[in-house]
Amino acid sequence: MNRELKILAIIVILVGITYWGIEPYAHSVMHPHHEPATFKYEDLKPLNVKGDAARGKEAIVNNGCTGCHGIEAAGFPAPMDPVTASATYGVNPPDLSNIASVVDRKFLANFIKNPVHAALLEHKFSDSKPYPMPAFYGSDQDLADIVAYLESIAKKDISTREAYEVACMRCHNLKYDNLTVLGEKPKFKNDVERAEFELNLAKYEANLQNYLGTTPPDLSMYIRSRGPEYIRDFVENPQKILHGTAMPRVGLTEAATEKVIKHLEKVGDRKKEKRERLGVWVLLYFVILSVLAYLWKKEIWKEVI
Amino acid sequence: MAHFTKANSIYEWLDQRLALTKLWKVLAAEYWIPKNINFLWAMGVVLMTMFTILVISGIFLLMYYKPDTKLAFDSVNYTIMQEVWFGWLWRHMHAVAASVVFLVIYIHMFTAIYYASYKRGRELIWISGMLLFVTFSAEAFSGYMLPWGQMSYWAAQVITNLFGGIPFIGDELVIWIRGNFYVSDPTLTRFFMLHVFLLPLIILMLIGLHFYTLRIPHVNNQDGEDIDFDAEAEKYKAGLKKEAKVIPFWPVFLSKDFFVVSVFMIFYFYLVFYHYDFAMDPINFDPANPMKTPPHIYPEWYFLWSYEVLRGFFFDVGPLSAMDMGLIAFGIANVIFFFLPWFDKNDEVAPAHRRGGFFIWFWLLVFDMIILTIWGKLPPTGFNAYIGYVAAVGFLALFAALPALTARRRGLLMLVIITTLLLFIVGYMVYAETMESGIIVALLFLLFYALFFLSPVVVKRVGGAK
Repeated sequence: MNRELKILAIIVILVGITYWGIEPYAHSVMHPHHEPATFKYEDLKPLNVKGDAARGKEAIVNNGCTGCHGIEAAGFPAPMDPVTASATYGVNPPDLSNIASVVDRKFLANFIKNPVHAALLEHKFSDSKPYPMPAFYGSDQDLADIVAYLESIAKKDISTREAYEVACMRCHNLKYDNLTVLGEKPKFKNDVERAEFELNLAKYEANLQNYLGTTPPDLSMYIRSRGPEYIRDFVENPQKILHGTAMPRVGLTEAATEKVIKHLEKVGDRKKEKRERLGVWVLLYFVILSVLAYLWKKEIWKEVI
Repeated sequence: MAHFTKANSIYEWLDQRLALTKLWKVLAAEYWIPKNINFLWAMGVVLMTMFTILVISGIFLLMYYKPDTKLAFDSVNYTIMQEVWFGWLWRHMHAVAASVVFLVIYIHMFTAIYYASYKRGRELIWISGMLLFVTFSAEAFSGYMLPWGQMSYWAAQVITNLFGGIPFIGDELVIWIRGNFYVSDPTLTRFFMLHVFLLPLIILMLIGLHFYTLRIPHVNNQDGEDIDFDAEAEKYKAGLKKEAKVIPFWPVFLSKDFFVVSVFMIFYFYLVFYHYDFAMDPINFDPANPMKTPPHIYPEWYFLWSYEVLRGFFFDVGPLSAMDMGLIAFGIANVIFFFLPWFDKNDEVAPAHRRGGFFIWFWLLVFDMIILTIWGKLPPTGFNAYIGYVAAVGFLALFAALPALTARRRGLLMLVIITTLLLFIVGYMVYAETMESGIIVALLFLLFYALFFLSPVVVKRVGGAK
């Protein structure tokens, strides 16, 4: 018995060293450490003025925001359909109804004021290749008012799927959730409808690729391929992890990021809960079996040793 | 024709026709195993259990898997993992078993090396076992391609490309294997066929052969003792069970194996449910994309040691490029274990701790293979390249030294050691760029390979202590 335990100990140690070398150690070498996300957006100027939602609504109309953005919640439909909008701007400008539900307020103000700077896309856009959304030259008070207005219309408690739709959907497909860059894939009555939808999707994706220089990946399995920590840190600041990427910093709050991750988990790792619950029972079964097998072995071997 | 009487039970009826009682005696109740064993002797049954799990889970996966580059990824990651009832469980079990089975194979294999169970009549057990190892490797490689993720694709690309290094026919061979000029739909479909039909069939036949080869020489024991199995079996059957040096396969041997398998299952299912990333690499959850090379391409952990032997040669030698040098060493590494019974020139069957120099050799081999495995995954940049070189040359050197070591030819052994150390030194100088890889390096390698190939042929066997 003593010798058996010694052999087991040697095997456990050798396997442990090998495992440590090829998993935690090798991966720490291959994926250099980066600071974890804080969601403070400390490089941006804080918004110190108190805003007024009513004046914000006027400012939105006066400054022509609704020329490009829809605000369904306030009765402003999108001025163009997504495909035409993507042909014009590269990507469909977001509907602003729930933008404040997911985007940090400081980030929102800074983005309106200077989108390229807030999105960390200075390497992609310049005066010769301007960003589709122009910078805002109004006062800080105007900015505060607009943000206050957007906050007043935004849903306080959005679902994980809505958070995903507002934050990610205009660039990324999520096919395991039936979501495309054009929104949820509808049920088609016939092949003509299907073909029309697919043509629109192809056109939108082509425009997007032209705009970004690459096709943004489908996020269906990202929870398994990247894992929650990576997604969290990446969303907060894509440039920090993938330097030079076309993905803008989107300025999500920590809570909204968690919702997006939760949604990706529901889509890409739907059986997680079931897996973790069933595992306990299976392990328990084999623990009991091991005890019984040991007793049986002792019983049988009594005769021979 | 045999004489048949009326049977009184179904068993008797079958027994008359199939000799079940006799069959059971031959296969289990009177199949004799030495008593002097430890839990390492249970690895065969653990392997059989893992293989059974792989076959059964594989059958369930096969019902939903689609071997088509357009459908494969979604059929695995959506249909099987999310839609099918317990599909995720079968997939996790299959993937984790495929990885863990290699851990057990390596333990099984090194047990045989440690206790010298590969010689003196046991050569065919060893060779059929190595054939199983090679076939399992092909099975694992073809299976890894099926989910058609990023690493499926790029590993297939890199590994099939290696065949291009074979002189004269290399380029045509690669196209023949892939079924196309690059890894694509025909490649996936043919590897699917290999994975679910041809290779499992070969594995089943080899398992039969492996068991068959055990019958005459019998299983080895902890002390390498030469047991008279017939005499000991008579003792056991006469009721002297405590005195006999043997036990029957059923129920005595298997009762211990059941216990070991049960404990192993706790470990295995813990991995299946809570710790599977080592076997289901996250990067393979990205769909295959021929336009986007992953920053790090590496094989599964069980191939890392031979992969590092391939990568270890980082400089050109004479007319051979670094890649050629690597391919030669890689080719040798993949078949060298087959020849172990002929590299070991000592007839003594005893555990390594009673064989002096062989004990050191064994642990050096284990140490070297762990280093190769770890550095096989690390990026081969900077000093890692030199460590990989030392470990790869060291691996070949261990085999070059084995005939001299086991035949106690001190002079020859010193020559191998000195040549190896010189190769380490010139390798470092080339790495540090204080020396060009010129004629001296080429001559050293020539000497090294001459020692490697000639010693097992020239050195005479010596008889060991009985």
